[in-house]
Amino acid sequence: MTPDAYLLLEDGTRFDGRAVGAAGHVTGEVVFTTGMAGYQESVTDPSFAGQLLTFTYPHIGNYGVSQEAMESDRIWTRGVIMRAATNGEDAPTAEGGWLDWLRDCGTVAIDEIDTRALVQHLRDKGSMRGGIFPASIRESEARALVDAEPTMAGQDLVQEVSPTEMTEHGSGNGPLIAALDTGIKGSIVRNFVERGARLRLYPARTDAQVLLDSGADAIFLANGPGDPAALDDIVETLKTVIGKKPTFGICLGHQLMSRALGLETFKLPFGHRGGNHPVKDLATGRVEITSQNHGFAVVGPGGIKYLETNEPVRWETDLGTAQLSHLNLYDRTVEGLTLLDAPGGTVQYHPEAGPGPNDALYLFDRFLEQINAAS
Amino acid sequence: MPRRNDLKRIMILGSGPIVIGQAAEFDYSGAQACKILREEGYEVVLVNSNPATIMTDPEFADATYVEPLIPSVVAQIIDKERPDALLPTLGGQTALNLAKALQEDGTLAQYGVELIGADYDAIHRAEDREAFAETMAAAGLKMPASGIAESPVRSDGSRDHDAGFAQALEVLKTTGLPAIIRPAFTLGGRGGGIAYTDADFERIVRQGLDASPIGQILIDQSVIGWGEFELEVMRDHGDNVVIVCSIENIDPMGVHTGDSVTVAPQQTLTDRLYQKLRDQAIAVIRAVGVETGGSNVQFAVNPATEEILVIEMNPRVSRSSALASKATGFPIAKIAARLAVGYLLEEIDNDITGATPAAFEPTIDYVVVKWPRFAFEKFQGADPTLTTHMKSVGEAMALGRSFKQAFAKAMRSRELDTTPDTDQPVEQLIERLRTPTADRYEVLFAAAVKGATIEQLHTATNIDPWYLRELVALALDPELGSAGTRTYRSVDTCAAEFPARTPYFYSGWEHGSPRHEVERGTNPSVMILGSGPNRIGQGIEFDYCCVHAAWTVKDSGRDAVMVNCNPETVSTDYDTSTRLYFEPLTLEDVLAVVEIEQPEGVIVQFGGQTPLKLAAGLQAAGVPVLGTSVDAIDLAEDRGRFGDLLDRLGLMAPPYATAESGQDALGVADTVGFPLLARPSYVLGGRAMEIVYSAEGLADYLERTGGLGPRQIFLDRFLEQAIEVDVDALCDGDEVWIGGIMQHVEQAGIHSGDSACVLPPHTLSPELVAEISRQAELMAKELGVVGLVNFQFAVHGTDVYVIEANPRASRTVPFVSKAIGQPLASLAVRLMLGEKIASLGLPEDPTGHGYVAVKEAVLPFDRFHGADAVLGPEMRSTGEVMGVAKDVSTAFAKAQAGAGAALPSEGTAFLTVTDADKPAAVRIGQRLQGLGFDLVATSGTATALRDAGLTVKTELKKVGEGSPNVVDLIESGDVDLVVNTPTGSGAHTDGWQIRRAAITNRVPCITTTPGAEAAAEAIERSREGAAPVISLQELHEAASAAR
Repeated sequence: MTPDAYLLLEDGTRFDGRAVGAAGHVTGEVVFTTGMAGYQESVTDPSFAGQLLTFTYPHIGNYGVSQEAMESDRIWTRGVIMRAATNGEDAPTAEGGWLDWLRDCGTVAIDEIDTRALVQHLRDKGSMRGGIFPASIRESEARALVDAEPTMAGQDLVQEVSPTEMTEHGSGNGPLIAALDTGIKGSIVRNFVERGARLRLYPARTDAQVLLDSGADAIFLANGPGDPAALDDIVETLKTVIGKKPTFGICLGHQLMSRALGLETFKLPFGHRGGNHPVKDLATGRVEITSQNHGFAVVGPGGIKYLETNEPVRWETDLGTAQLSHLNLYDRTVEGLTLLDAPGGTVQYHPEAGPGPNDALYLFDRFLEQINAAS
Repeated sequence: MPRRNDLKRIMILGSGPIVIGQAAEFDYSGAQACKILREEGYEVVLVNSNPATIMTDPEFADATYVEPLIPSVVAQIIDKERPDALLPTLGGQTALNLAKALQEDGTLAQYGVELIGADYDAIHRAEDREAFAETMAAAGLKMPASGIAESPVRSDGSRDHDAGFAQALEVLKTTGLPAIIRPAFTLGGRGGGIAYTDADFERIVRQGLDASPIGQILIDQSVIGWGEFELEVMRDHGDNVVIVCSIENIDPMGVHTGDSVTVAPQQTLTDRLYQKLRDQAIAVIRAVGVETGGSNVQFAVNPATEEILVIEMNPRVSRSSALASKATGFPIAKIAARLAVGYLLEEIDNDITGATPAAFEPTIDYVVVKWPRFAFEKFQGADPTLTTHMKSVGEAMALGRSFKQAFAKAMRSRELDTTPDTDQPVEQLIERLRTPTADRYEVLFAAAVKGATIEQLHTATNIDPWYLRELVALALDPELGSAGTRTYRSVDTCAAEFPARTPYFYSGWEHGSPRHEVERGTNPSVMILGSGPNRIGQGIEFDYCCVHAAWTVKDSGRDAVMVNCNPETVSTDYDTSTRLYFEPLTLEDVLAVVEIEQPEGVIVQFGGQTPLKLAAGLQAAGVPVLGTSVDAIDLAEDRGRFGDLLDRLGLMAPPYATAESGQDALGVADTVGFPLLARPSYVLGGRAMEIVYSAEGLADYLERTGGLGPRQIFLDRFLEQAIEVDVDALCDGDEVWIGGIMQHVEQAGIHSGDSACVLPPHTLSPELVAEISRQAELMAKELGVVGLVNFQFAVHGTDVYVIEANPRASRTVPFVSKAIGQPLASLAVRLMLGEKIASLGLPEDPTGHGYVAVKEAVLPFDRFHGADAVLGPEMRSTGEVMGVAKDVSTAFAKAQAGAGAALPSEGTAFLTVTDADKPAAVRIGQRLQGLGFDLVATSGTATALRDAGLTVKTELKKVGEGSPNVVDLIESGDVDLVVNTPTGSGAHTDGWQIRRAAITNRVPCITTTPGAEAAAEAIERSREGAAPVISLQELHEAASAAR
C-alpha cells in the first residue's frame, strides 16, 4: 500500500493510510465505536455530527448500504476512519457500495489505518481533535487546520442537525408526543410509531409554551450531538415543561433534562460508543446489553461521577426528587433516572438500538404506559 | 446472588475418550470447571474414562475416577461419594446423555443428587427433536418446515401412490423447493433425494413412496446453501443473557459446522439482521429453559430473503464454545461453572480486563478463522465428501487483523502432510467445487488463479460473495496475508476500550511502524511449542504434556510462554501459561515469537512431531533447545546412526534397511527379509506404514505411497507373533528412571497407539522385564537424553529386540503418570531445567501398588463408511481410555466398557479367524463356551472348533454364498461378540463386511486373538460381580503406601 492520506491528531500523532472516501480534507473530534456491524446506522446518526468516527472492527462495508439502515436522511459524521474498507455491493440486500456511497455523500474517509493503535491512543489520552488529509497537504498546514477546529466541550452542534420545520409521524389515536428534535434517530421515531404513538418533531429551539399548547400527551427529548452545557436555552425551556407533562429523554435528552433539574454533566474521557455496554435496570435488577453513543454524562448524587453503589440513589433537585434508574456496569456512570414527583424519566443509552442490541426496547413500552397512566 | 452454600460436593462428568465430534475441548471446559468449583470451596468428584486429559490430573478434583462413563458405574461412584449435585453441561453429549440416563433410572432421585446447570426437562427440550420443535413453535421461532406423506393401502393390499403424492403436494406447500425427501425405513435413505423442481419432486416422491416398506416419506425443507450461523449464549439464574460470540460458517448449510471453515465474528449480516439472530438466540435459551451456563444456537439464514430458521441448540458447552472462548477471551466454561453454583454474570469479573464484569458482550477488533483438520489419508476407501456428518479430527484457529491474515495463518496452521492436486483446467476445478471436500479451498484458490470469476465460484459453492472476494484476492496475491509489519496484539474482549491485564497475544500485520503490546518484563522465559491441530497420532496426550511443561516452568520462577494454534486445548487457555501466543507452529511464526520473547530456551519435546520438526531450524537460528539435544533426536531418528548405537551397546534390532528411493527399496528388501514393515522416514502415528509379505506386496505399497522416485523409506523385518512393549523413562543425562513398562495386548505389528496395553506387564517374566529395563537405561544414557524418552521393544520368545527410541514425550505419558501417580512430564521439565533424578525423590518401583492399569484405544470407524475396520501398523485411533483394577482382566473389562464396547456377559459369540489363528480360536472358543456362550462360526473355523470337541451352534455361510450369512446375523442382533482376525485388508472382503456390520450394529468386534483371549478372561471375571470403583487419589495413596 502506498499511503495517499493521513490522519493527524491535535497532539501531533500521525497515522498514514489510504483515501477511500470523497476527495478533500476534514477536521473534527476523533472518536471510536466498538460496534462490529451497523456502520451505516452510525454514520447517519446525527449525534455523530462534528466527529470523525473510527470503527474498531477492521472490516467495514461488508454488506453494502441500503435505505433501511438510514437513521436520518444523510451522513452526519464528518469523516470515517477504518482498518479495511470494502465497497462490494454483491450482498443480496445491498442497494449500493459503502465507499461509493461515502463518496457520493461527500464524506472523507481513510482506511489501512492501525485503528487499534489509534484507539489505544484515544483511550489513554482522551478524545481529541484531528483531521483526515490527503498526502498533498503538508503536515504543518494540516496542523493549523486541526488547531483551528473548536474543541467539543462547549460546542452547540444541535443547531446543525435540528430541523427548521415541525413534522409529524404516525397516525391513529395513540398518545401524541411532542419531541424536541435535537437530532433524533429514525429508530426512535420508528419505535414510537410502531407502538401506535404519534410523534411531532419540533425544531430544537421551540418555545416551552408551544410545546405545552401543542395538545401533546408527553414531551420527548431526543438524542443529539455536542456538549449539553452549551444548550442552556433549551435547558431553560425544559425547566418550564417538566412537571407539567410527562417528560422522557434519550441520550442528549437525558443530559438536557438532568441539567434542567439542576444536575451537572461532564465530558467522559473517551466516551461510550458501541453495542456491548452492560447497563443494570435498578428497578428489575436485570442487566441489559446496550447501544451507546455519548461523550458526556450526568454526575451522580453527591457529585460522584463513578458510582460505587448498586442502589437506586436519589438527587434532591430544583424540580423534586430524581432517582437513579440505570447504571453502567463498565464504568459505573449514570445511565438513567426517574422523576419521583412528576411523570418522567430518561436514559443515557439507546434503547432504540440501530445499531446494536434490542434488549432495552421495553423502555418504549414503559414510556407509553406512563403516558397512558398520566392522561 | 452469591455462591450456593447448600451444596458441598459436586460431581462433574467428563466426555470420555476423544472421538470425532467430541475432543479436547471438553478437557478444556471440564478442567476449567473443576478448577473454579474447587476455588469456590466445593469438593469435586470427577468421572472421566480418558486418562490423557488434564482434568483427570489428581490435583483437579477431590476424587477422580478414571472409570467407564456408563450409568451403572457412575451410579456406583455416586453411591460411594454421595455428591449433592451433578453438573452435566461441561462434558459434551456423553455427559448430558449420562445425566439423562441417571435421572431416568432413578439414581439421582435415590441419592438426592440435584442436576445443576441444566435440569432434565431443559435437556429433554433441547435434545428431543419433537420436544425441541414444539418448544420453538411455542416461542414463535421457525424451524425448517417438514411433513410426512403416506400412500394408503388399497383393498387389494397395494399402495395408492397417487394419494400419497397428493399428500406430498400438501407438505410441499409448507416446505417449498428445494425439498429433501427421505423414504421411511430404508437403509441409508435409499430412494430419497433432493428435489429442485416440481418434476424432480414428483419423480423422487413416487420413487420414495415405492421404496419405503411402509409407503411413507419424510419431506424436509432444504436449507442447503443457506448461510450458517452460530451464537454462543450465556444465561444466569437472574435471566440475564449475553451473546459471547457470533460465528459464521464460510461453508454454507450442508457441511457440518465441525467440518466448515468458520469465522468470528460474523461478517456478512447487516446489524439489523444480526440483532434478529441475537434476539432469537436469547429466545431459544429462555424457551428451552437452560437455567445457567452456555448454550450454542445454530441458525440457517436465507441470504436472499433474510428468512431465519433455528436449526438446533446445544444446552451445554460445546466445540463452538471452546472456539468462542479462545476467539474472544471470554472463558465460557469457567463462567458457566460459577453460574451453576449461584453467581450472576454481573458478580463475576472479566479476567482479561480485571476491571469490568462478565455481564457484557465481547467485542473484537480482529478476525478469527477456524480450519478443520481431516485425516482421510488414514482411511483408505472412506468417502471424503463433506456432509452433515462430521469427519474432521481436529482444528486450528488463527487470529489476524484482517480476514486475509487470519485465513492465511489458519491455512498454514493445519500442517498438511500433502498438497492437494489442483493441476486441472479451470472448468474442472469449478466442477469439483460443486461437491464440498476437504481440499475445497485449495481448489478454489487454484480456480481463482486460473481466472474463475466470483460469480462462477459463488454458483458452484454458495459461499457469500464477500468471502469470495477476499479469498480470490488472497489467491491472486498471497502476500496480502502478511502485508506490512508483524506486530503482536492482545486478545482483550473489548477492542481496546479497556487495558488488558491478561497476556494473550496474536500477531497481525500493520502498515507503518506499529507498536507491540507485549510487555515482556525482565523475568527469564521458557517457550513451549504445542502440538497444533489434533490429528490421528498427535492428539490430546501431547497437549497434556505441554500444559505440564507450562506449569513446571512457572513453578521454577520463570515465565512460561506457550505457542500453539489449537483452540480445543487446555494449553491455549490463557490461564495455563504466563503468556500465550496463539500462532501457527511454523518456523517463521515461531522465530517471530522468539524475537519478542528472547527465551532462555525452547521445549520442543512435548508437542509431538510438530515442534520436533522445528528443532533443527530453531537451533540453526541460534535458539537454545532445552533438554535432549537436537543431535540426539536425529541420532534416534536416523536408522544408520541408531543402528550403530545399538551395535555399540550390543543390543538387537530386527534387520532393517534404509532405502533412498522407491526403486532402492525393492533392491534392499531381500537383505531385510519378509515380512517387513515399510514406512517413510519421520512419521508419527504410523502414517503410510504397512506390513508387506512379499516383493509384489512391496511394489504395490510403493506404488500407492509415492512411487519409485527418490525419498527415504525405512524397511524393518517384522517379527510375527512377537509381544510389543513400550517403556517411558526419564533421564538426566547420567541417570535413568523407568516410569512404566507396558505390555501390549495386541501382537507386534499393530500400531502401539491402537493397541491395548497393560501396566505393569502381565505375562512377561521378571527376568525379561529386568532385561528390558537394562536395555532402556543403556540407550537413554548413550543417547544423552535429558527429559523424557520412550522405547519400543518386541519380545520374541526370550529375545528382546529394540524397535525404536523416541527421545520425546510419548502418547503414553499421561496414562503412565496416572497409573503410577508420578507426573512424568513435569518431572522431565525439571530435568530439562537442570535438576537431577536423584533430587526428584522418585520411588524405585512406581508400579508396586498392586493395581493393574489397562489402556485401550478408541477407533473412529463408524465415521468412515467404506473404510476397513481393521488394526494395522498405521495408527487410526482418535482416543483412549483407562481401566484400573486389582487384576488385569477386570482392568481390561473396564477399559473395554470405557471404550464403548462393553463386553457381553452372555449370548452368542461369532468366530472367524485365519488358519494361523485357529489354535488360538480353539482356546478362546473353549473359554467362551465354558462361560455359556453359544458359538457360531464360518466353516473353516467351525471345523477347527468341532475338531477340538466344541459345539458350534450354527455354521454360517460366507457373505457371497447366500443367506443366512454372517452379516445378516449381525444385523439381526443375534450376535453379541465378534472375533475376526483379518486375512487381508481392502473393501468388500468378507472380513471387511463383517467388521463393518459389527461397528454399525455396535457389537464388540475384536480383530486379534490376544485381544479375544483377554476379552474372554475379562468376561469370566465380570461374572464375579461389579468391579469396585477406585479413584486416582486412592490409587496413588496405595502407591505411596507401598513404598
